[in-house]
This record gives sequence, structure tokens and C-alpha cells, in this order.
Amino acid sequence: MSAKSGAEILLKSLLDQGVDTVFGYPGGAVLPIYDALFKHPKIKHILVRHEAGAAHAAEGYARSTGKPGVVLVTSGPGATNAVTGIADAFMDSIPLVVITGQVPSTLIGSDAFQEADTVGITRHCTKHNYLVKDPNELASVMKEAFFIATHGRPGPVVIDIPKDVQVAQPDTDTPQRKAHARCNIPHEADIHDITKAVELLAGANAPILYTGGGIINSGPAASKALIELAELCNAPVTSTLMGLGSLPSDDPKWLGMLGMHGTYEANMAMNQCDVMLCLGARFDDRVTGRLDAFSPNSYKIHVDIDRSSINKTVRVDLPIVADVGKAIEQMVKVWKGRKLKAANLDKWWDSIEGWRDVKCLKYRDNKQEIMPQYAIERLYEATKEYNPIITTEVGQHQMWAAQHFHFHKPNKWLTSGGLGTMGYGLPAAIGAQIGNPDALVIDIAGEASIQMNIQELGTASQYRLPIKIFIINNQWMGMVRQWQELTFKSRFSESYSDSLPDFVRLAEAYGWKGMVIDHPDNLDDGIAEMIAHKGPVIVDCRVTKNANCFPMIPSGAAHTEMLLDSSAVTGEMDDEAKALV
Amino acid sequence: MQIYKEKSERHVLTLTVDNEAGTLARIAGMFTARGYNIDSLTVADVTEDRSTSRITIVTNGPPAMIEQIIAQCERLIPVHKVTDLTEEGPHVERELALVKVTGSGDNRIEAIRLADIYRARVIDATTKSFIFEITGSPEKIDTFLTLMREVGFVEVGRTGVAALMRGSEPT
Repeated sequence: MSAKSGAEILLKSLLDQGVDTVFGYPGGAVLPIYDALFKHPKIKHILVRHEAGAAHAAEGYARSTGKPGVVLVTSGPGATNAVTGIADAFMDSIPLVVITGQVPSTLIGSDAFQEADTVGITRHCTKHNYLVKDPNELASVMKEAFFIATHGRPGPVVIDIPKDVQVAQPDTDTPQRKAHARCNIPHEADIHDITKAVELLAGANAPILYTGGGIINSGPAASKALIELAELCNAPVTSTLMGLGSLPSDDPKWLGMLGMHGTYEANMAMNQCDVMLCLGARFDDRVTGRLDAFSPNSYKIHVDIDRSSINKTVRVDLPIVADVGKAIEQMVKVWKGRKLKAANLDKWWDSIEGWRDVKCLKYRDNKQEIMPQYAIERLYEATKEYNPIITTEVGQHQMWAAQHFHFHKPNKWLTSGGLGTMGYGLPAAIGAQIGNPDALVIDIAGEASIQMNIQELGTASQYRLPIKIFIINNQWMGMVRQWQELTFKSRFSESYSDSLPDFVRLAEAYGWKGMVIDHPDNLDDGIAEMIAHKGPVIVDCRVTKNANCFPMIPSGAAHTEMLLDSSAVTGEMDDEAKALV
Repeated sequence: MQIYKEKSERHVLTLTVDNEAGTLARIAGMFTARGYNIDSLTVADVTEDRSTSRITIVTNGPPAMIEQIIAQCERLIPVHKVTDLTEEGPHVERELALVKVTGSGDNRIEAIRLADIYRARVIDATTKSFIFEITGSPEKIDTFLTLMREVGFVEVGRTGVAALMRGSEPT
């Protein structure tokens, strides 16, 4: 057996796992791995400009391709910079394998140069992590890490490798550490539970399907099964932010997103339903609003791959721990096998039509200034034929995109849901474009968020990635300003985006095309020009400054207490409301 | 505004875990990160090949929190099995404490007498002090300590609770 170094074993393991792309940044403690990567014939390394960008790019790659994203960073600051992306992937269940260099094992604990306790720091924002102190363990740890990251509820796994372990060869006399499957994979759902769920659904007068990111994670088959189930039971379908795209938005049963900035019809239907089938969502606080007023009269069925998601915030009546895609397929099979007919839901659909008539997403018409909602609507209309991949940053623009951009397929909508990480969109777009070279990839951004990982413009330039950044520029950290307006009597503490760069010149400095769109009449032409340009483009879309994102369930309010427009806003909220996130 | 607290229940959990670096930190840290309580925690490897450890955690919280604690423990990769002994049925709990007591005259005699009643053994003695070893339920040890505080208590080291299900079946 030829003696391979730890670094060579690592690359071999990556190849064994089918990895062809790694997002990373070199540094002292990973030099042996970078040396092994030098002119590597099969593994493409994408050099980011900041390690946070590497982690988010890997997330974008993973979310848009369904494959795990791989990150390679150095010790100390390399690892700590990647932590935000790791935590983001943990919250949104994105499969990542993050390889971090570490100081030589002999120096661990000595406060060595660029030493940080990476395993300690990432312990609670990873699904699992490893410190590999022996090259004998490396191959099996890599195998386990990929298994853990991609099986069950996906998530990030960190492998911390001291520099000496990267250089050393395994001792061939000692037996290799055996890899074992160490991750709870739920069994197929109990058929009795599935049958019961189907019976309840068939007998319901006001059913609703509440879907989430689990359906996307389960794979495209899960989305197909969902469409079929919705068709069979004729129930309305709503989704969390993370689940957008699992049901095509032109399906008549689609209610739009639910929750804090969800549609009136989705939230009212959640409140009034009698049977709720939750599929791969986790009753997040952004979805439920005030818990004691959440869907008070419904029988709740919850399908989730992670048992800890069940009864975490909302007590459910029928928990089913299973892969959501498989569970939906089982339900479809049972429904068809028993030749069930959907109940007459005319009354239910009448109520829903009534809520739809509220037209909760309407906004003030403006001939002089661009309304942000209008900008996104036009962007959608101009790009829908390309079936684009949309990433976002975090804030008002993200919610407007979720409301006014519409998705027809899974894996096309990449956004930071759980952690709410500003600066996610640009690197995620880079990862998505790497994974989908022919796709139209657009980062719908805010002028504040985009600056959080603006350095990644250089990465896109280097790899000739034709990403489009569409900045909804209202010169405010809009969501912060909106909350200050609603909760703190318009005391706009530090939420103004002062000293903004000239985005056009910034784009040009990086070899991108830069454009300004500042009038509604120029919007369509501007967007067309953006799409027509073969390379990367920044569009600085100057929108009206003080638009707020509605509808909105304010902090601590129930689904039925939605604010539909700013006229409902009252100056200052009480302490209970102020204390809520 | 006031922060509202729910009523707590005491539960004894046992966890079968991989005996490897970081497992304890992972579990203890998860408790802290999610705001759960640890009243006591004991851990030692329990298999011949030293590959598996058994952890006994005494925790308290409202029932929904206990359910979440168990689910969150099970979610950790090195945790193989979690058993809630309090829910499972009859079980035995034991704790060991070493108690240092000083004194002379009547106090010293009283300390020995109480120790005898509580079946505590003397494992160290000087002319001015004793160290008692006592085993029993946490309540028994609490009571013993309350009595010792009246007769010259100095300090105590407690192991925390180890527990097993009653009967012939493994947990």
C-alpha cells in the first residue's frame, strides 16, 4: 500500500463521495491540503473572498443541486468566519461538510498562532463535529461525516484536522477505525398513522396542507407527491418561507406563504381549518404568531423527520416521524388504494375566496417612484420563462420576494430562513451558479444586506459567473426601520443606510456591469438589459424609501390580527410586544 | 413586564452514549444552550471494551420541556438511547456522599450516633474530625446533611445519582 498523507486521504475521500467542488480559502493550517489540491484534475476549488462566503456559497450549491456542499478553511479566524454559515445551515437543515485546519496536535491548547477551539465553538451549530487526531481515523470520519450531513434531517458537519495529521501517513500496522452509520434515520411511517391521517383528511370540512423546507430537502419526488396529494384531497396548500416552490404557485390550491408576512388567506385558513396536515415544517415562531391563538380548533397532524420538531412549540394530535416525501407517497397510495373521494369543500373554498378577495398583497400605485413590490413583480414577469434560481439577503426585500416572486419548482428559492443571515444572498448565488452553470441566478438584495458579503463580487468575477444582483435600494435597513416605526414610535435608531457606495462604479471596479433603475417607466427595459448581459450585473434599483412590508402579523399577535397596511399601525407597543422577536 | 415560569417536575434520565471525546460537553452544552436544567449528572464507561458510557441525568422542567429534552438528547449523534426512568416505572436511585464533620465532646458523639442510624461509615478520623461515607437516595443524603450541619459539618462531596430500572430486564 502506498503511504498516503492525511491530505491525500482527505481528497480521496472527497472523490469517493462524488465531490467535485470545494468552496474555500487557504491559510497556514490547511497548507498541506491546498498543496494536495494544487492543479488537482478532478476537484475544482472555488476561492472565495471571506470564509463566511465559502459557507454560504456551499449552502447555495447544496440547496440548488441537492448535493452536499463542501467547505475548506483554515484554523482560527478561518473557522470562526465560517461559523455564521455553519449556523445558518444548521437552522435551515442544509447538508454541508466543513473541513477546518487546526494547529498541529502537539500545539492544541497552547494558545498557538491562529488556534481556536473549533470543535467547541461549532458544537452547538453543527449536526456533529470531529477533531481528527490520527490519520488512521480520517477516511472513516470523512465517510461518516458525509453520511451524517445527508441522512435524516440534513445539516452541517465540521471536521477539524490538525496540520500534522494532514502531513502524517497512517500507521499501517494499526487497524483502520471503522465507520459506522451514526445517524437516526426514521423508519417508514407506521401505516396505521398514515391511514388515520388520510381518513382525517378525507373527512375534513376545512383541511389545509402546511408545507415546509422538509419537502425540498426530501428531494424533487416529494414535491411531485405533494402536488398529487393536494389534487386528491382538494385541500388548500400554504408553505413556510423555506418550502416555497414545492407546490407550483399557479396551482389554484396555492394560498401563498403563511406567517408573519404571509398572505391573509393563508393565515386565515390556518386559523379556521379543522384538519391541519403539517408536512416537513416546524411551527416556527414566524409561522405561528401568538401560540395560544394558533389554529385553535384544528386536529393537527405533523410529519417530520426529526422527532425533536414534534411538540416543540405546538402540541399536535397525530405525530408521524418519517421522511416527509415517503410519507406523502404513502398517503397518496392509501388514498388511491381505498378509492377515497375528496369531501365537498365548496363552503371552505368559498371562505378562502372571500379572504383572497381582500387582496392582501396590493400596494399603493405610484407613477413617480418605483414601489419595491412592483419591481419584484416586473422582475418575476421578465424572468419566469428562464425558470431562474433566486437567492435573497435578509429583510424587507426578502419578504417582498417571497410574496411577489412566484416559484414553480423546488430548489429554485435560496434564502436564509431560520438564522436570518444578512449577506447570505450573494455567496449563495455564487454557489448556485457553480452548481447550475446554465441557470439564470438572481440575488434579490437590499442595499444594506448586500454590503455584508460584498467582497464576493470578486469571486464571481474570477470564475466568470454571470450572476445578477438586483438591489432593492430604499436607503434604509428597511425591516429594522419598519419595526421601529411599528414598535418604537418611529425612533429610527441607526437604521439609515448612510454613505452608500456608488453601486455602479463598485460593479465596474470588479469588472461587472452596473446599472441604475430609478423610475417605474424604466423598470422593464432595465430588467431586460440586465438579463441580456452575458456577464454579472448589479442593478441598483432605487425604490420609494418608506414602503413597509405588509401584510404583517405584529409581534405577539394572532393569525387573525394581521395588519394589512400602515393605516393600522399605532405609534408604540407595550413591553410584552417589545420583548418579542 | 413579568417573566412567567411554569411548574417543574423532576425526572431521572439515563443515556447510553459513545465513549468518545466531547460527548459529555455536547450533552451538557445542549442543556445550557436550550435553557434546560441539570440537577445532577454522572457518567462512566460501562462496557468491557470501554466503547460505551452510561450517563444519568437528573433534570427538572415542565412535562413538555422534559419531552423536548429527551428528543434533543436523541438527536445528538453519539447518543444511542435515552430512557426516562421516572416515566418508565419503578427504579432505584442511589447517590454516594463523603461528609467531613469536625467537633469534640457531645457533638462528636452525636455525629457518630447519627451516622450509625443513617448507616454512614467512617472512612477517615482524626481526634477533631470524621469523614463519613453515606449511600442512599438523594433525600436520605439531604436529611443526613441537615443533621450534620448541627454537629460540626465542614464540607461534602456528592457523586450525583446513578439509577437503574427495577426487575430483571435491562433499561
